[in-house]
Amino acid sequence: MKKEEIENQLHDIVKVYLPQDVNADDIQADSHLMQDLGINSAHLVDIALDVEDAFDITLDESDMEAMQTVSDSVQIVQRKLKP
Amino acid sequence: MMSKQILKRVVITGMGVVAPNAINVSDFYKALKIGKSGLTYDQQLSDLSFGCRVSGTPHLTVEHIAKYFTPLQLRGLKASGLVYGVIAGKDAFKDAGLTVADKGCALSDFGIIMGTGQSGGEKFREAIHLIDDGRVRRLGSTSVIQTMTSGVSAWLSGELGAGNMVTSNSSACCTGTEAFIMGYERIAYGKATQMLVGSTSDSGPYIWGGFDAMRILPTGYNNHPEQASRPFSDDAAGFVPGSGAGAMVLEELDSALKRGATIYGEVLGGSLNSGGHRGSGSMTAPNGDAVQQCIQQAVEQSGVSNKDIDAINGHITATGKDGYEVSNWVEGLQLINQFPYLNSFKSTVGHCLAAAGSIELVGAILQLKHQEIFPNQNITKLHSDINAIYPAEKIPTKVVQTDIDILIKASFGFGDVNAAVVLKRWKDELNND
Repeated sequence: MKKEEIENQLHDIVKVYLPQDVNADDIQADSHLMQDLGINSAHLVDIALDVEDAFDITLDESDMEAMQTVSDSVQIVQRKLKP
Repeated sequence: MMSKQILKRVVITGMGVVAPNAINVSDFYKALKIGKSGLTYDQQLSDLSFGCRVSGTPHLTVEHIAKYFTPLQLRGLKASGLVYGVIAGKDAFKDAGLTVADKGCALSDFGIIMGTGQSGGEKFREAIHLIDDGRVRRLGSTSVIQTMTSGVSAWLSGELGAGNMVTSNSSACCTGTEAFIMGYERIAYGKATQMLVGSTSDSGPYIWGGFDAMRILPTGYNNHPEQASRPFSDDAAGFVPGSGAGAMVLEELDSALKRGATIYGEVLGGSLNSGGHRGSGSMTAPNGDAVQQCIQQAVEQSGVSNKDIDAINGHITATGKDGYEVSNWVEGLQLINQFPYLNSFKSTVGHCLAAAGSIELVGAILQLKHQEIFPNQNITKLHSDINAIYPAEKIPTKVVQTDIDILIKASFGFGDVNAAVVLKRWKDELNND
């Protein structure tokens, strides 16, 4: 899967969880999910589950801790998708 | 006991309802007035081989629900009682003309007591399967809010910004009436200015199954759902399981007057007690002495006399115990020559369990506001035990326009618990005597 494709899918997953005062256009590669996008910790759990479903992968504890920014998440997905 | 003088006066300034026969207050008024049934054939109960295949389930459309929940909130939302409670609660708050708290500061004088029996059985089932499969991580973040008893109050608190006490009570079929009395007392004692009170109850087989197993639901009306619930009737065959939510805003009188709020009625007082499974009481049967004491205490605490009562809205579930409840009203209020009107809304909404008290309180308050007694449905013939002690014309089967100054409403619950509350018609104070 191309990096751009992963980015687009992640964008679609993350935008659902944005607070009302944050715009989907604010989602950038270096956006911190909690600090920049205002996503609460409970919703990070749900984002991880959505990512698992979307890419048919399993994320462990350390993956979830490493998912701080959008680009962190892209890298983790890329790594998991490697054969 | 504190003296009556120092207690604050409490009025009702907002209402919301999600009932089997209507999903807002104005439709609920019309439905109760014409005796519109909300009981329908329940395919899911049939598929699961229930004896009773009739239920009172609110008819909410996806579009209607979307007015109260964001798409994100709706993801994986399976707790029907939470949905009903949030809709009724938000409607009551809006009806009261209150304003949602600013982002920075909660409303310190506004609290919430929305009770329930159990929340989100369907969500809990999903969670149990995941946990048993060793996939606890897959529960997601909303399993707790959907299955915790106080979920409905916590959710509403977030939506509205409640800064006073936020809790959920639970006392089976008394829950809604109990929440109402607890909220009333909190305001009367000066600890809050407004309280959103009420209760909610899930729909579906996981909440109703235990009652079907106890064989206390009617099984002979599966092809005639609207006839299945027959309170007061000699052929009452059990209660029809229902669900929904009722919510009311109680408010300190001075605050309501200052705001120019619409006042539906005044809460004069209430009583909560238990039979302790003693005497005739058990887990499922009421201790009649305690029921009568509860009724008497509610009247005494309200500063009115038995003779002042114009209307009784009973619990009357459509079981073999209806006659016993009526005799407890007669003895508790020492009724001899003068009998208040007596009715039950369960013929059209069924028994909404934890939501029964609050849904029926909304109906009772509508009776007070409109000065009407709503009709009892499905009485083939008044049960002989009832007919022997209560005049049939006071258990009306058609709507009655009459002066109702004082109304008493009671709920009696599984576990031998009782709740009774006394309400007064609101007239402009200048015209009040």
